Amino acid sequence: MRYLPLSTTDRQAMLATIGAADIDALFADVPAEARLAGPIAGLPHHASEMAVERALMTMAAKNTTASQAPFFVGCGAYKHHVPATVDHIIQRGEFLTAYTPYQPEIAQGTLQVLFEFQTQVARLTGMEVANASMYDGSTAMTEAVFMARRITRRAKCLVSAGVHPHYTSVLKTLTRFTGDIVEAATPALTPGAPGHDLDALIAAIDTDTSCVVVQNPNLFGHIADLTPLAEACHKAGALLIVVVTEVVSLGAVKSPGEMGADIVVGEGQSLGAGLLFGGPYLGLFACREKHVRQMPGRLCGETVDASGKRGFVLTLSTREQHIRREKATSNICTNSGLIALAFSVHLTLLGEKGLRHLAALNHARAVQLADRLGRVPGVTLLNGPFFNEFTLDLGREARPVVRALAQKGVLGGVSGGRLWAGEKALHKAMIVAVTETATDEDFDAFEDALDEVMG
Amino acid sequence: MSTPMNTVGRPTRPEMGLVAGTGAAAGTFTGNKALMLEEPLLFERGSTDNSGVDLAPVPPVPDRLGGLARDAAIGLPGFSEPEAVRHYTRLSRQNYAIDLGIFPLGSCTMKHNPRLNEKMARLPGFADIHPLQPQSTVQGALELIQSLAHWLMTLTGMPAVAMSPKAGAHGELCGMLAIRAALDAKKDPRRVVLVPESAHGTNPATAAFCGFTVENIPANDRGRVDLDALIARLGPDVAAVMITNPNTCGLFEPDLKRISDAVHAAGGYVYCDGANFNAIVGKVRPGDLGVDAMHINLHKTFSTPHGGGGPGSGPVVLSAALAPFAPIPFVRLGKAGLELVEEDTADAHAPDSFGRMVAFHGQMGMFVRALAYIMSHGADGLRQVAEDAVLNANYVLASLKDLYTAPFAASGPCMHEALFSDDFLDGTGLSTLDVAKAMIDEGFHPMTVYFPLVVHGAMLVEPTETESKANLDQLIGAMRHIATQMLADPDAWRAAPHFAPRRRLDETQAARKPVLGWKDEAAA
Repeated sequence: MRYLPLSTTDRQAMLATIGAADIDALFADVPAEARLAGPIAGLPHHASEMAVERALMTMAAKNTTASQAPFFVGCGAYKHHVPATVDHIIQRGEFLTAYTPYQPEIAQGTLQVLFEFQTQVARLTGMEVANASMYDGSTAMTEAVFMARRITRRAKCLVSAGVHPHYTSVLKTLTRFTGDIVEAATPALTPGAPGHDLDALIAAIDTDTSCVVVQNPNLFGHIADLTPLAEACHKAGALLIVVVTEVVSLGAVKSPGEMGADIVVGEGQSLGAGLLFGGPYLGLFACREKHVRQMPGRLCGETVDASGKRGFVLTLSTREQHIRREKATSNICTNSGLIALAFSVHLTLLGEKGLRHLAALNHARAVQLADRLGRVPGVTLLNGPFFNEFTLDLGREARPVVRALAQKGVLGGVSGGRLWAGEKALHKAMIVAVTETATDEDFDAFEDALDEVMG
Repeated sequence: MSTPMNTVGRPTRPEMGLVAGTGAAAGTFTGNKALMLEEPLLFERGSTDNSGVDLAPVPPVPDRLGGLARDAAIGLPGFSEPEAVRHYTRLSRQNYAIDLGIFPLGSCTMKHNPRLNEKMARLPGFADIHPLQPQSTVQGALELIQSLAHWLMTLTGMPAVAMSPKAGAHGELCGMLAIRAALDAKKDPRRVVLVPESAHGTNPATAAFCGFTVENIPANDRGRVDLDALIARLGPDVAAVMITNPNTCGLFEPDLKRISDAVHAAGGYVYCDGANFNAIVGKVRPGDLGVDAMHINLHKTFSTPHGGGGPGSGPVVLSAALAPFAPIPFVRLGKAGLELVEEDTADAHAPDSFGRMVAFHGQMGMFVRALAYIMSHGADGLRQVAEDAVLNANYVLASLKDLYTAPFAASGPCMHEALFSDDFLDGTGLSTLDVAKAMIDEGFHPMTVYFPLVVHGAMLVEPTETESKANLDQLIGAMRHIATQMLADPDAWRAAPHFAPRRRLDETQAARKPVLGWKDEAAA
């Protein structure tokens, strides 16, 4: 076995040192009836590197990759080009095979990266502090709702209809037994502002409201000025939580911090991670400095060592489960460190100049495609303002259209029916994302295929 | 020239931190010491006008941002590619890692991360597919998830598995939510969860999130759950027992089957923390011990890399009693091939599911790595993994127990990790922390320290099966040297590490006045 260094001679010598007759003697605490006599039946035995590679390549070949087809799928995960440097850096063994930096003297690499990451995320979202990452955007959003309850000591959370329905589902699942009350609205395909419900949210805020959760750009791609909502929240003593699932938008669209958000959570997958069929992704979490002690997740802070040199440590751990146990701010232990590194490297390569360019390119290309598809007979573009994602009203069930497009080799978007199975009125929507990776030929192929399918 | 200070008066340049008179560093001009290279923060060197990415020109179309363009400066410096590569490469060299040496963190299972796994996870067929693509275009991905699920169920002897949890604690939450859902389905109001004192902190934290009240159960003097105390506490209010096996003292719980039977007879469920599955994989199936739910840390037992603190992956195997309550989405075999059961088909195929825990389908990248690892080892190799992991830990225990206090060594062999306490240092003024820092100077990552809480100054050593005898002999030699010298001349050992990129860091100061991000001097 290529991963096991002990030889038979080693094993014998070690058993002799221990004073055990054989390996079974070391498993003496296992009751005899629970001890398996040999390898579990019905499972294959060990395999060569080549054999494993062959089997997995066969499986991988059955999938259509995002690079093999004109690709316009988004809704919380976006295909962006990731510079080769990113993968090179995250494959360095010193990053890849390190543990959580609990021994800071020999983990300054990871810690300085996290400190830089926290700073980048805070600036990107327009907030004051950010943590060292969470599992993904959906779990980060749930943690933000818990945090708002701790701060306001109120339990009612209002969720905008424009929030990703999977995120809202996760929130509902994880708040079932915590005493939080979640009120989530159903979106409407309003022309000019699909999924937009800020006025209704403002009207619903009352003195029991702990927080309002709104996504920008929302799931339909619509972008809105959240300032009036922030003002209404603050007037009522509630917090505004803003969810961003496409962080590239922050290079073009006014940040949640500038619009008055108290907590910003996001999915950081767009930078550095790739699509990965949904994971591992990167939960972003940022807030105002005054709330930092109620923040979940790991935090990296600056300090000095015994000789006065600057260094970094994990800090404020008294909030965490390994100290607080059942009174912890969160049960989370692991974060998403390596994906945070990938995000940070990608953002460092872009810099502000590159991020703004990338965002402008995404937006301009999306505008171009939106106008082209909006002219296909039977198709209506629903959006007014948007960033790189927009919603088309197909006037008929969109799910078969998406499947027919796939048959024609175009991965054209996400249907309303896939995301809101129970809401018939949304089934005619197709949500389309455009990034810098789509070519003019991809645009032609999409337009032609949609025209044929709709015709 | 004055030293630049940040808002809380700490030096803002690493090379400026060499306080005069401490004699801390042989003063080089740069602050570097040959291959030990200091690296400033990105924010101290990068420029917002610099970029390492070339992009196509932006087509000249009027924007449609509705007056919401981000005009104000963001403050994100960039690096060209050579600067970026050097920045991160220099930082990487300030990290210890498995690739550099033994990393014996108890309860963390820091084993070798095979590079085949990395290569497989990067196959475009797995890495470059979107979670919301039409299911007909991702049949290979669903097949991979189902293959891994089959292995996990077979290895644990359990009939179902929930694949989507993102990490161990998230898996615990999944298992406890399933238990809560099962109780609610029976309109059973029991709400107490019993957790041993030695449990991971995530256990009580998770139970609290599911609306349960946590009560501790004591350990006996052999480091195991006190069976009599536990059975005496069972009753109509006890919803579940959360138990770690092998436990956090590195010991097998020999009474687990009796505990399970008693808990079931009293109407409760058994949650098993599977963090330590590496000790028994292929040797014991938790299903045979009466477990109802157990998470499996793919980043421990199945070698997916820890990446400096994640990502993890925590699938949860479930008993028949809990399987109907498993979260969506999951993969099933339908008429047209493999299909995902999501919200649209949950009514038909998962009417009792407690719902969704993550936006998409779980940690696909980790699934690929874990399956590559599992297929490489096979049923025979995995059994050898457990045997070698246990052998290595017992070798360490046997080789150190005359010097280091080994509180449970008298009760027999350990499993995959050896537990020591710092009682042997009584009277020296030294403690576990000093041993850990001395190990850093010897070129090792320290063991887990001060956990589990049930032992004074705990040192939990988990070598894993991927260490050679020669490596273990060197570790043992160093630890024997440290202990012997500490007892002979305690004062020489209070200030380690001396040779790491940093000396001991002031964690108190970090927490008292937190500085959690870079702030420009101008703003100070």
